[in-house]
Amino acid sequence: MAISISVTVNGKTYNHEVEPRMLLVHYLRDVLRLTGTHVGCDTSGCGACTVVVNGRAVKSCTMLAAQADGAEITTIEGLASNGDLHPLQEGFREEHGLQCGFCTPGMIMTAWQILQDNPNPSEEEIRHGLEGNLCRCTGYQNIVKAIQYAAKKIG
Amino acid sequence: MKPPPFDYFAPQTLEEVLQLLEQYGDDAKVLAGGQSLIPTMNFRLAQPAVLIDLNGIRELADIQESDEEITVGAMTRQRMLEKSVIIREKTPLIFETIPHIAHVQIRNRGTVGGNLAHADPASELPAVMVTLNATFKLQSLKSERWVSASDFFQGMYMTALQPEEILTEVRIPVQAVTGLYGFEEVARRHGDYALAGVSVLVHLDENQNCEDVRITYFSVGEAPVPAHNAVQFLTGQPLEDEIISEAAELAANNDIDPHDDIHASAKYRRHLAKILTIRALQKAKNRNKPN
Ligand SMILES: Cc1cc2nc3c(=O)[nH]c(=O)nc-3n(C[C@H](O)[C@H](O)[C@H](O)COP(=O)(O)OP(=O)(O)OC[C@H]3O[C@@H](n4cnc5c(N)ncnc54)[C@H](O)[C@@H]3O)c2cc1C
Ligand code: FES
Ligand code: FES
Repeated sequence: MAISISVTVNGKTYNHEVEPRMLLVHYLRDVLRLTGTHVGCDTSGCGACTVVVNGRAVKSCTMLAAQADGAEITTIEGLASNGDLHPLQEGFREEHGLQCGFCTPGMIMTAWQILQDNPNPSEEEIRHGLEGNLCRCTGYQNIVKAIQYAAKKIG
Repeated sequence: MKPPPFDYFAPQTLEEVLQLLEQYGDDAKVLAGGQSLIPTMNFRLAQPAVLIDLNGIRELADIQESDEEITVGAMTRQRMLEKSVIIREKTPLIFETIPHIAHVQIRNRGTVGGNLAHADPASELPAVMVTLNATFKLQSLKSERWVSASDFFQGMYMTALQPEEILTEVRIPVQAVTGLYGFEEVARRHGDYALAGVSVLVHLDENQNCEDVRITYFSVGEAPVPAHNAVQFLTGQPLEDEIISEAAELAANNDIDPHDDIHASAKYRRHLAKILTIRALQKAKNRNKPN
């Protein structure tokens, strides 16, 4: 069984035939070659695969590519504009918000949602907002600072 | 590819969903938020031959209120519940519970119906629905029936749903949302499934004595566990500290039968149940503003 889908990713529309069992994260990585979105656990646990679908941050490992038909998706590759880093990306660089970088795309897409819902989050709200994202390196402190940096810059 | 192959249908009407279920029965599974089903398929613990996606059925995704009840469609996202003014104002017990369910990305996808139908014994919402005396509408092509939350949950991941049925709607009676309430849980990390938890709802009579008490535990048994002994003890008594402690002791010793597992020992769960009951009843008590 093949399903025809039409998906807009980072402003560009793609049409493909996919197997029903193809996960959205594999569609992004293997078909569109957008490998910025990572896969950690495949079970909605770690947050590495977080992307924004129709304005909401979701885990792309537990959504089927077939379910993205008609959707608008933003991945980490879609944040920078005209070569300028998004304030969140800049914040992660300036505040050392990453070490190995594996969790970073998911962290940034989740942070995007946090700031979208609340442009001026408190430290506690940032930490609660990041509950669905695991980082094995940084201890989270600098990730929180990076998001505060971005909030200030955007704000 | 992670999950095994399956056929996928994305119907646009409830009628079509029910027809497909009638046709495929046990071979099919309905897909709601996918937050429990897709991980189990990725592990190949579940291998349905057919997946029927409910995400196109708009009529199942809303929250309404009338004089008698609040109605929540099965495909209402957990995040919608969290943001709903009706829920915040009319069922504050649910409002207080939602942030304990997983985390934002999961609540953005995960649905009320999926959470209830999945019937994880560690899940918060099933216990809260029992506390609120909610009823569930179960529909198949040939029938439609209402089942109380306490009859719906039958065991670990087991419910009253038949293979050709789906849960379409949850109704919460308005009288259940006016009482004093409390919700407490302990989880290793915020948003994880709880090691133990409790939801309580208390109505007082004109003499400030308990007249209608509901206490339901989660993660201490195979399904939501009502505290029959503690409720009987509390009825007719004032919500005072000593009485609350005694009720909690009674519930922890006689109402629940927790098991040991890798997350916690049965003994520790009993201890948690007692402490959490005290905290939840204290919260309920502190919400009382007699005039
Ligand atoms: C990391 C993680 C942490 C979590 N933590 C918690 C937590 O703390 N507390 C908690 O309660 N939950 C938790 N969950 C589970 C989450 O709430 C799920 O969203 C929920 O259990 C299932 O809802 P869903 O809409 O995603 O359903 P799905 O995963 O799509 O479906 C689950 C099951 O229910 C069936 N089903 C779905 N909808 C219906 C329906 N309308 N009628 C009949 N059957 C139906 C499906 O066929 C499937 O068998 C967690 C999940 C993850 C991945
Ligand atoms: S890979 Fe999706 S949450 Fe871990
Ligand atoms: S930077 Fe290594 S996992 Fe977060």
